[in-house]
Amino acid sequence: MSESATSNLAPTPRAAAPVADEAAPARWTLIAVTVGFLGLFLLAPLLVVAVEASRKGWDGYCSALADPDARAAILLTLLVAAIVVPLNTAFGLSAAWAISKFQFRGKAMLTTLIDLPFSVSPVVSGLVFVLLFGAQGLFGTWLAAHGIQIIFAVPGIVLATLFVTFPFVAREVTPLMQAQGTAEEEAALTLGASGITVFRTVTLPNVKWALLTGVLLTNARSMGEFGAVSVVSGHIRGLTNTIPLQVEILYNEYSITAAFTLASLLACLAVVTLGLETLFERRGGGAQNVL
Amino acid sequence: MSCDVAAEPIPGLTPAHGRSAAGFGAAQGISVGALTKAYGAQVILDRIDLDIAPGELLALLGPSGSGKTTLLRLLAGLDSASGGAIRLGGEDAAGLSVQERRVGFVFQSYALFRHMTVFDNIAYGLAVRPRRLRPSKAAIAARVSELLDMMQLPGFEKRFPSQLSGGQRQRVALARALAIAPRVLLLDEPFGALDAKVRKDLRKWLRDIHDRTGLTTVFVTHDQAEAMEVADRVAILNGGRIEQIGAPGEIRERPATAFVRAFLD
Repeated sequence: MSESATSNLAPTPRAAAPVADEAAPARWTLIAVTVGFLGLFLLAPLLVVAVEASRKGWDGYCSALADPDARAAILLTLLVAAIVVPLNTAFGLSAAWAISKFQFRGKAMLTTLIDLPFSVSPVVSGLVFVLLFGAQGLFGTWLAAHGIQIIFAVPGIVLATLFVTFPFVAREVTPLMQAQGTAEEEAALTLGASGITVFRTVTLPNVKWALLTGVLLTNARSMGEFGAVSVVSGHIRGLTNTIPLQVEILYNEYSITAAFTLASLLACLAVVTLGLETLFERRGGGAQNVL
Repeated sequence: MSCDVAAEPIPGLTPAHGRSAAGFGAAQGISVGALTKAYGAQVILDRIDLDIAPGELLALLGPSGSGKTTLLRLLAGLDSASGGAIRLGGEDAAGLSVQERRVGFVFQSYALFRHMTVFDNIAYGLAVRPRRLRPSKAAIAARVSELLDMMQLPGFEKRFPSQLSGGQRQRVALARALAIAPRVLLLDEPFGALDAKVRKDLRKWLRDIHDRTGLTTVFVTHDQAEAMEVADRVAILNGGRIEQIGAPGEIRERPATAFVRAFLD
């Protein structure tokens, strides 16, 4: 075993050197293409957003944010995220736990279902809720009779956002939980810990960084989601417009600077999200490597 | 059940010389009657009868798939039996949860808590007790320190499992199991993940730990040399049944079945 391993490894460094030399042009081409692509499609738009947003100076920036409709959009976006992120963190954790720690019928099906929001067009996701809860929808009559409005109101926006962002936490956490197995939980049980204590002291700390990454992505998407929210929102100014919807309205009205000012908030969110995600992955990855 | 455990002071592990019980209380026997485990039509354990005397060191020996690990997990309460009875120290274990059984279980892959230090790993079973049953911080620290001495791992408190060798992890896992003053000690392939040289050294060491704690100990192995050298008695499992049980010499001299004869060769 160890003999065969050394004999396999020994020639590798010698063989690798010429390959690397020959690959140098390919390597530089690939790096140039990647950097060029990233610059053109990721960095340039960020710069454009910053430049356009600052076109009317700091005062223009502030007054665009002080606009009542913009304010309302920002508050609504924060409200939706504040509802969606905790709920989907809980849902995602339960789903990950169920899939990775228990054996049951229909598990493969459940795993596929969790990915559904990613494979369905967001517009369709929004439309589903309209067909369910809209005036002409399945529960429309009943809801109207009880004076409950879901579509073209905040509950519809929350539902659509919940649906669209459901997979993030589950997808980050499940693979890690599966890889870790159940032995540590069983050990904790034999040592006298209750189920809740095991979750708090063993399961949760073991997936901490993956969970935080999932929460972060859920937050970014729930603040930035356009398609599904656009269908259920009704675009009522000051009432059912989130930041992305308000950006679109402003842009269509040729209020370019105001549109980019709001867009810059989302751009900042994206940058912060990426920074934190890198940090979390490094921490989590570090912990993994030490294993 | 767990109340009377905690009410008594944590047994101090006096530096053991010779065969002292080292504060683990009177050893408790294990009695198994017609124990059965089946998944649908697939029978893993078929009406196992087994009496393990208090303080005995018993090896469950058999090829993979013989049901030996399943038997160990049933004793711990990690899986539930399809039929039959288990008695721990004369008490019917049927109504006892895995926590209430208070067995010391050492997992094959050790299952150390990877995000905790060696200290926190060993202290875990004491630290998770409800507040009124929890020993003081100083008492827990003293207990951990005694166990680390016993395991010949002094000064390892602040290490993480990832910073330990296989043999060291094994000993930390055993210390963690012993920290709760278990009624019995169960070990699943205790040397399975270690290389051959370390395995040999640890055999003597396991025997020594058993003699010092005086605990009724059951360990699972597929290595007949290991079972024969370490255990008081060996139970040979095959296809969910016990083929033969007896002292190593007895089994070697008078194999009861063709399977046992073939397995020991």
